[in-house]
Amino acid sequence: MTLPLYSPHDDPGPDFASLVTRVGLAAPVPADSVSSALSIPHGTTVVALRYSGGVLMAGDRRATAGNFISHRRIEKVFPADAHSVVGIAGTAGPAMEMVKLFQLQLEHYEKVEGAALSLEGKANQLGRMVRNHLPAAMQGLAVVPLFAGYDHGAGHGRLFQYDVTGGRYEEQEFTATGSGSMQATTVVSLGWSPALDAEAAADLALRALLSASDADSATGGPDLLRGIYPVVYDVNERGCRRLEDAELKERVQRLHDNYVVQYGEPAGEDEL
Amino acid sequence: MSMPYYVSPEQVMADRADYARKGIARGRSLVAVETDEGILLCAENPSSTLHKINEIYDRIAFGGVGKFNEFDQLRVAGVRHADLKGFEFSRSDVDARSLANQYAQHLGQVFTHEMKPMEVELLVAEVGARPDDDRLFHVLYDGTMMDESHWAALGGDSEAASQRLERLWRTNLDFANGLAIAVAALSGGDEPVPAGELEVASLGRNGRRRAFERWSDDRVRGVLASVTIPTVDAETEGTAADGAPALGSSPGGPSEG
Repeated sequence: MTLPLYSPHDDPGPDFASLVTRVGLAAPVPADSVSSALSIPHGTTVVALRYSGGVLMAGDRRATAGNFISHRRIEKVFPADAHSVVGIAGTAGPAMEMVKLFQLQLEHYEKVEGAALSLEGKANQLGRMVRNHLPAAMQGLAVVPLFAGYDHGAGHGRLFQYDVTGGRYEEQEFTATGSGSMQATTVVSLGWSPALDAEAAADLALRALLSASDADSATGGPDLLRGIYPVVYDVNERGCRRLEDAELKERVQRLHDNYVVQYGEPAGEDEL
Repeated sequence: MSMPYYVSPEQVMADRADYARKGIARGRSLVAVETDEGILLCAENPSSTLHKINEIYDRIAFGGVGKFNEFDQLRVAGVRHADLKGFEFSRSDVDARSLANQYAQHLGQVFTHEMKPMEVELLVAEVGARPDDDRLFHVLYDGTMMDESHWAALGGDSEAASQRLERLWRTNLDFANGLAIAVAALSGGDEPVPAGELEVASLGRNGRRRAFERWSDDRVRGVLASVTIPTVDAETEGTAADGAPALGSSPGGPSEG
């Protein structure tokens, strides 16, 4: 590997994605539509919501290929940099690649320029990546991300959702992506308020994913048997933090306990 | 028939080396010190925006002296090299040795084939899990590559700074004492360089993915206030080589100064 030196008139600047293309490492677009018989894993539900001190993003752990559960422990929410997170739904392979490239894009920019991009700039970068992915999406490899981060200039958390053409839409309250997004947003909308704190936001996100897993076969619920819990990131002024499994276990347990308090022990079929 | 002037190859090389050396010596020095907490890099730099010390990758930092536009172009190429390599293979495959070697190849090529050699000297530092795993590669304008241990000094009067570091460096340094001897090495017998004119950054041995940290002026000021900068007298310089340096604080506990 040689030193990537460019003369000033054709220097790619701080843009890592264009550098990757320049050196020929960019992934090729499939010439034909990708057959569903190939059974490619798909990621499903990610939900994000704003709360009083920042934003929270949570994703379930299931990947499906057709009617198969292909992975039980897949992760769909990732830190993009110190103060933002990205969540993905859609074809798992290209989605992971997009996240990797996005993370690098932000870090590369920060190192080359000596200063980090603004949150707005990061959101636009991701939009451009989704837009560049459109030819592959047309062949059946769609990727639809969510982006959330803490905006130090504005002093609050911000949320962005995208469509497959790279359209970028800022949301003020909450948003979701993936096959279980309908159920998840319904639950969040019933419990959301601008005064929500981080604790309540985490519980609400878990409840939303639980409801999504109840109705959508492609979304996985918390798996107490194997100890698999959703990936939940809390992003605030201090940066992003992934909630520990032990903490998530406790929260899922509490969801169950509250249910019992409200409705009594779940009745068996014969008791009804 | 007119003959072109003949200049011997030895003369051409000597002239080029002279030219590059003069350019580099005009600037101010940069030093790196290996400590238990990681590698500390310190340069005399009145500008707070045109940096000589920068982040390359997770555990790798870059120090450049000489002509700013020349070493900054090499820095950016280094960031690209590292990010591309990490993207293509894995993050753990990116190492200082291979990058320093690339720099050496390029500088050597420019030195022998171009009209003007690059007036730069580079340091590629990599922090390891233990001090023994630290790497300091010093690359000269003509592509000469040196593997330094424990400390490195480049640019300005680097010879003198290096001699001071040789006398002041010891094992079990922390960042605060590392900074104290770095400042002493940069200042020589003169008044210590004020915090506002220092550029300080560190590669922390802390297990974090991105080990590079740029120190704010306030942090530098605070740390310098907690240690005594060892004095290196201009007269005693070079004569006290056998005596242990009088450091203002004992290892592990910086004294008030």
